[in-house]
Amino acid sequence: MSSGEYKVDKVVDARGSHCPGPLMELIKAIKNVQVGQVVAVYSTDSGSKTDIPLWVKKAGHELIGVYDRGGYTEFIVKKTH
Amino acid sequence: MKKVVIVGGGTGGTITANILARKVSREAEITLISNTPQHIYQPGFLYRALGEIIDESEIIREERKLVNKRVKLVIDEAVKIDIQNRMVDLMSGKKLEYDYLVISTGSRIVPEEVPGYEVSYHFYSLEGARKLHEALERFKEGVVAVGIGGIPYKCPPAPAEFCCLLDYYFTKRGIRDKVEIHYLSPLPRTFPHEAVAEAITEMMEKKGIHWHPMFNIESVDPEKKIVNSLEGESLRFDLLVMVPPHRGAEVVEKSGIGVDGGWIPVDKYTLQYKDYSEVYAIGDATNLPVSKSGAAAHFEGKIVADRITSEITGHEPRAKYDGRVLCFCDAGFRKAIYMDFNYENPPKKPRFSYIWYLGKQLVNRFYWSLILSGLV
Ligand SMILES: Cc1cc2nc3c(=O)[nH]c(=O)nc-3n(C[C@H](O)[C@H](O)[C@H](O)COP(=O)(O)OP(=O)(O)OC[C@H]3O[C@@H](n4cnc5c(N)ncnc54)[C@H](O)[C@@H]3O)c2cc1C
Repeated sequence: MSSGEYKVDKVVDARGSHCPGPLMELIKAIKNVQVGQVVAVYSTDSGSKTDIPLWVKKAGHELIGVYDRGGYTEFIVKKTH
Repeated sequence: MKKVVIVGGGTGGTITANILARKVSREAEITLISNTPQHIYQPGFLYRALGEIIDESEIIREERKLVNKRVKLVIDEAVKIDIQNRMVDLMSGKKLEYDYLVISTGSRIVPEEVPGYEVSYHFYSLEGARKLHEALERFKEGVVAVGIGGIPYKCPPAPAEFCCLLDYYFTKRGIRDKVEIHYLSPLPRTFPHEAVAEAITEMMEKKGIHWHPMFNIESVDPEKKIVNSLEGESLRFDLLVMVPPHRGAEVVEKSGIGVDGGWIPVDKYTLQYKDYSEVYAIGDATNLPVSKSGAAAHFEGKIVADRITSEITGHEPRAKYDGRVLCFCDAGFRKAIYMDFNYENPPKKPRFSYIWYLGKQLVNRFYWSLILSGLV
């Protein structure tokens, strides 16, 4: 599967998740992929737009893109270390 | 006779078996496999750790007494789930064939995945809760840190709830002013959902609980008593309470049906495993983005029992899981919050009140009868 020019290695569909929520699903996914791999997270949670970029920055990974997919948001994150 | 096999006699498996026994025991043989003759009420671990429960018989019952007599209860360990051949192999050497399979094997804790975990305590098993209780009773002053050693974990609000209950516990002991309580939140907030986080943050601030955003525990230095986050921060502690990392059941991992640490990928509405429409998974065992909670296992168990009943009685299975979870969170001093949400409807900002505290007590009490029977 690909989003824009990036090959996505893992898709996490966290639409409808309020607890544990999309960010926890992302943290779990990042742990389970290899360095250099790319994770896409789908979220319908309004909080994701602030908390996902905040965590990705603090944890030192790379936020490749944020896309409005009509009804949900897709976040593309690369594991960098 | 159709054969229904349910693997795992915890919350979800017991509810599913009891509903099926009432609905289709004439048309089907219902077998429940449990690797323990006991049923333990896990939310009780928190209260065992805090010394509010000392008599453990309050949270342990015989599984046989909780399941309908028409359910064949087999106390044995499932060692292999062979989806291709519709067979479950047991430790004793027995093999059980099935027409419908429900996997409700829950999760297991793996504290050893965090380097330095030996100096930490937890309330995620009865043994862990007993040890934590002893450590708390010995504790006189200093820093207590409460954090999370791995995602996913059972009952996401439990560590924040535990911090609030620690405030209550140390206040009752008259040493609250000598203890600093630190909550290490894996998220930028105190709770995944914004509206709920607002209420919990207000409560923590009122109680003087320090909270640290985005602190996912990566390692512990046992000599220096320092806990390190994968985001690059550290905190010195005198007592560390760490939610251990969780994995799916061993049998799931060994049978090759789990992903990302042994979680079974199922359809978020039908709870069916991939293209195997006769295989369902419920509760903590799944990879669904819902909280690993007794409430989710309960609602999912009802859906699966309904779907299997439809199939066995020749109807189209229509029941779908809507993502519903409900949850009470005890803040101490006889106050609690209540949340009820599903895929479509997020939780609203909750209010702390005595009513919800009573609600939580009622659930604790009726778990054994109304909830496990599947009557509610
Ligand atoms: C401290 C704490 C507080 C909690 N508080 C709450 C709360 O307030 N509200 C809430 O809703 N939830 C709460 N939970 C979570 C809740 O207890 C679990 O989510 C719930 O028990 C999950 O049900 P389950 O049926 O999926 O798994 P479980 O109830 O864990 O049952 C799984 C069963 O499968 C058995 N098993 C595993 N492998 C095998 C095998 N190979 N063969 C045979 N049997 C096997 C296990 O022994 C176990 O009996 C809490 C949990 C903890 C630890």
